[in-house]
Amino acid sequence: MIDLLNLLSFGQEGWGLSLLTAALVTVAVAVCGFLIGTVIGALIAWAKLAGNLPLRIGADAYTTILRGVPDLLVIYLFYFGGSLFTTWLFHLSGSEGFVGVPPFVAGASAIGVIGAAYQAEVFRGAFRALSKGEIEAGMSVGMSRFLLFRRIIAPQVVQYALPGIGNVWQMALKESALISVTGLVELLRQSQIAAGSTRKPFEFYLIAGAIFLVITWLSQQIFAWLDRRASRSLRREVR
Amino acid sequence: MELSFIRDSFVQLLAGAPLTLELTAIAFAIGVVLAMLLALMRLSRFAVIRGAADAYVFVIRGTPLLVQIFLIYYGLGQFRATLQSLGLWYFFREAYWCGILALSLNSAAYGSEVVRGALASVSLREIEAAKSCGMSGMLLYRRIILPLALRQALPAYGNELILMVKATSLVSIITMMEITGIAARLIADTYRPVEVFIAAGAIYLLINFVLTRLVALLDWWLTPHLRAAASPSARLESSNG
Repeated sequence: MIDLLNLLSFGQEGWGLSLLTAALVTVAVAVCGFLIGTVIGALIAWAKLAGNLPLRIGADAYTTILRGVPDLLVIYLFYFGGSLFTTWLFHLSGSEGFVGVPPFVAGASAIGVIGAAYQAEVFRGAFRALSKGEIEAGMSVGMSRFLLFRRIIAPQVVQYALPGIGNVWQMALKESALISVTGLVELLRQSQIAAGSTRKPFEFYLIAGAIFLVITWLSQQIFAWLDRRASRSLRREVR
Repeated sequence: MELSFIRDSFVQLLAGAPLTLELTAIAFAIGVVLAMLLALMRLSRFAVIRGAADAYVFVIRGTPLLVQIFLIYYGLGQFRATLQSLGLWYFFREAYWCGILALSLNSAAYGSEVVRGALASVSLREIEAAKSCGMSGMLLYRRIILPLALRQALPAYGNELILMVKATSLVSIITMMEITGIAARLIADTYRPVEVFIAAGAIYLLINFVLTRLVALLDWWLTPHLRAAASPSARLESSNG
């Protein structure tokens, strides 16, 4: 037990500070990926709901492919494919050599692109739950499409979608562990480094798991609170 | 982008498909059994058993699968002497078995949620009706609760199967050469990530498509009462035949 505390101390010998920093990188890459996924997911949900036929087919193909292919493959595509792309860009501007895409950027985009496929389905389901009457009522009082979206559609979609959005966030958080294959020093990669140099893999992977658990538990609490807040307006059961 | 290269990669990647399917099948089968045990534990009368199952599900669902795989494969290697004395080292030194263990333990936690929901969906009236006929214990489970819960669970458990296919890709990180493992090697050798991604992605989509159809078929077969009634003449013919 004392050994474990020493391993985790914040001093010269301990890994506390590095692990804490790495945990912040994990949260940062997950948050960026989640935000990218939310934006792309909303666009795809829109294409699915209101697009013309080619758009709908494209959006369906997107969600089918990204939900059917392992996340790790997508991460490889973004990391290695991204580096090819940036190298090509730099060659266009006349410079030589290999230019890698930063692992953080590749990782956040991969998480975002994967998350978007799930987020799109969440948004679409939430939009379906809206009552048509409310939209018609909004139109009948002369609301423009944008006003209708801002006042009537968006607030309710967010409210209905909140549990699903919470799930997508948890997925993004856990997916961030896969970004360790690109060499980004997030929580799992840092634990690997620590495990390698101290020869204590069991302790460090256990600690990594524990930190992940704390983060997922905290986000669960936050989403439960948001959900309670968002559903204040819903009729409560009469007791 | 070259079509011939995609085709060549496709053939090379196909060699990894049997291992992907094998890992999926074994880990999924173990996962289903553990999931049912967990679901029953969570319905137990004893708070300790309920608490243990809840804690297990919470921990597994709250941590990434890759951390679980590393903990089992690399982490347990630290206790090599103990495992050797217990005769378990042959099991834990193989990436194959560690991968299967991690995948099934992980799938069990997610699956138990599906099973629990399905068991809870069996209406109390049907259980009471069965009890009033004198069924109890195993008979009640075997004849009434499990068949009804199975139908309820099937679509959601089909998703678990697809997630398992995708999850097997992670054992490539602990040296298993299944589809994603071969893909990673091809990318490193040729540096053509886009083509390899297309070829590997196509194989996964194909596998998942076939599995989804199979689950849908099983669902259709298990729910004859939900099918549109056949025309009277067809029904007559089938009863005569």
